[in-house]
Amino acid sequence: MTPCFNEMFQDNAVRPPYAGLQGWSADMPADIRLAKQAEAEALFRRIGITFAVYGEGGDPDRLIPFDMFPRVFTANEWAKLERGIKQRARALNAFLVDVYGRGEIVRAGRIPGKLVYQNDAYEKSVCGFIPPKGVYSHIVGIDIVRTGPGEFYVLEDNCRTPSGVSYMLESREMMMRMFPDLFRENRIEPIDSYPDKLRRTLASVAPAKCDRDPTVVILTPGHFNSAYYEHSFLADLMGVELVEGQDLFVDGAFVYMRTTEGPKRVDVIYRRLDDAFIDPLCFRPDSMLGVPGLMDVYRSGGVSICSAPGAGVADDKAVYTYVPEMIRFYLGEEPILKNVPTWKCGDASDLKYVAENLGDLVVKEVHGSGGYGMLVGPKSTKQQIEEFRALIMADPGNYIAQPTLALSTTPTFVEEGIAPRHVDLRPYCLVGERIELVPGGLTRVALREGSLVVNSSQGGGVKDTWVLAE
Amino acid sequence: MLLSVDHVTHYRYDRPVRGVVQSHRLMPSRFDGQKVLDWSVTMTGGTMGSAFRDGAGDWVQGWTVAGPVDEIEVRVKGLVQTTDLAGILRGHREVVPPEAYLRDTDATAPDAALTELGQLIAAADSPLSGCHALSEAISAAIAYTPGTTRVQTTAAQALAQGQGVCQDHAQALIAAARVGGIPARYVSGYLQSGQDGMDHEAAHAWAELFVAGIGWIGFDPANECCPDARYIRLGSGLDAQDAAPIRGISRGSGAEILSVTVAVQTQEQ
Repeated sequence: MTPCFNEMFQDNAVRPPYAGLQGWSADMPADIRLAKQAEAEALFRRIGITFAVYGEGGDPDRLIPFDMFPRVFTANEWAKLERGIKQRARALNAFLVDVYGRGEIVRAGRIPGKLVYQNDAYEKSVCGFIPPKGVYSHIVGIDIVRTGPGEFYVLEDNCRTPSGVSYMLESREMMMRMFPDLFRENRIEPIDSYPDKLRRTLASVAPAKCDRDPTVVILTPGHFNSAYYEHSFLADLMGVELVEGQDLFVDGAFVYMRTTEGPKRVDVIYRRLDDAFIDPLCFRPDSMLGVPGLMDVYRSGGVSICSAPGAGVADDKAVYTYVPEMIRFYLGEEPILKNVPTWKCGDASDLKYVAENLGDLVVKEVHGSGGYGMLVGPKSTKQQIEEFRALIMADPGNYIAQPTLALSTTPTFVEEGIAPRHVDLRPYCLVGERIELVPGGLTRVALREGSLVVNSSQGGGVKDTWVLAE
Repeated sequence: MLLSVDHVTHYRYDRPVRGVVQSHRLMPSRFDGQKVLDWSVTMTGGTMGSAFRDGAGDWVQGWTVAGPVDEIEVRVKGLVQTTDLAGILRGHREVVPPEAYLRDTDATAPDAALTELGQLIAAADSPLSGCHALSEAISAAIAYTPGTTRVQTTAAQALAQGQGVCQDHAQALIAAARVGGIPARYVSGYLQSGQDGMDHEAAHAWAELFVAGIGWIGFDPANECCPDARYIRLGSGLDAQDAAPIRGISRGSGAEILSVTVAVQTQEQ
């Protein structure tokens, strides 16, 4: 494999964004480091921030390791990332409005209708309904990896309810508490406006029928959900109510929340619940987590739901390959952030390439998740590769293939001291009346040496992410 | 044909419930084959939500009833002028792309037998004659026998046991048509079925199949025909549950006792 890009050291020199961390890390005695690390862990444990990042499964009460070595971007690097992320969020929302409306992109032959309309996440019950401000995905989490100084790739988009933002906020909080000097010596862009921005974004998509200051709530599946901590954390920071399905009810044309002072009308619901569970009268009739009648109120303009039901069709793995096409089609622009090159095994010529290069590729099931139904060519035996080849040949349309990327590394505190570990980045783009995001995002780090897997279920941790001011 | 409808759904709870929420699709569809002269839906003690026309062209009306309540009646009454269009859904406005009706649901998932029936589509001279052949095959394969299936019976189960009612015929036809690449959906409505008044058929269901160049066409394998002037169309969905004219839920522990009467009669012109 090609050597990977080290974000701090290049040609034995420290890259400028990390200059402020060179002395800090070199001068820190081992005992101080261990004490600080223990302090951080105790703090995380005490505030109860224990949960799995979206879709990873595993023990919901597991503590995700926190690494104190920050990950740093320059103002310039971030400016480009920010433009690319906003561009992508705009295109994804334009796509959603289109495929639930006239479907111009399908009619124009730029994306196959089958991929969209027969997709499990395509929700025909919202066809013809345009949500307020034309926004389906209000919080777009875009997973990005880096392979060189100016080389960034989008791994996947999360248009439903991406989680992990509480880790972004808590990691910063933790660093500021433990190393206040670092924040005096370096000009680091603040991120603490995220809850305000999120609240403003949600309020900006209140339905037209709302003629006062909108009442916003967060709808959670409950305390047994792996991201419950995050739900209550965000509700707290935004100053809005955290509710479960049973706290809400439909009366006539509106949704109300039960309060000690009587029913209160709700205008915007930030739901952290999958489409299938939000209304037993429209989706799964056995769901006890949702609000009966909610979809009728939503579709008649009585309440807003964020993300809008049906948004998931934009973040499907097979649809992902068409996002650059969406950017060209809807915005008339060239994509600023690249997709990872992807071969669709359903195409004869792509399949030929994949078959000839299986040993070098990562092959994924189109609708699979959590690492199931996946082949990592360079890490597989000949026999595993041949077994997987048979699976692909039996149903080529169900597989896509990508090159194994040499993910960048950043210095990370490990038992022996400081060593490079692979990282990714998930920024959270807010889409309402305006499109905005706080500088940075959640950096996940693969703590195991050589590992490319940043998932917390496989030994991943988190870091504070810095964007330096100009 | 001038058809009158009187459809009463009565819910009784053995213990009062704290509230009821329902979503109705009880308004006749707007298309060239039917014209509503008079229509009303009432719900005892109910508050109406804002109604809207959904992407499939169905009129959706939400209702809530505040409890405690131990008895609720939903009554549909009206008069519709119908025209025989040989099953073709002409002049119906909708925005859901036909391809969205190629998706399976649990109730319409094909098994080997349904998959084999689906081959009739490709074997025919044209998609249209394939649809007719398939509808006839479903009529022959499932004998109309009330009481042999339940609401939850799937298309595959009904076909395997060879008996069922209109819901089973419609779901089996939908499942097999989708195998053959024909977008297909479940339609709920009313049927005027003779002076003797076969009440169990008055609340009826059939299938619509999409044939390129023509559009949506109704097929009623239970009666071995295409819908004509005796039919009133209400709404559609991917399967029986998705197309149900009334979906509802009650809050509380009271057990529900349901009784339904439907009368569909021809009126003097």
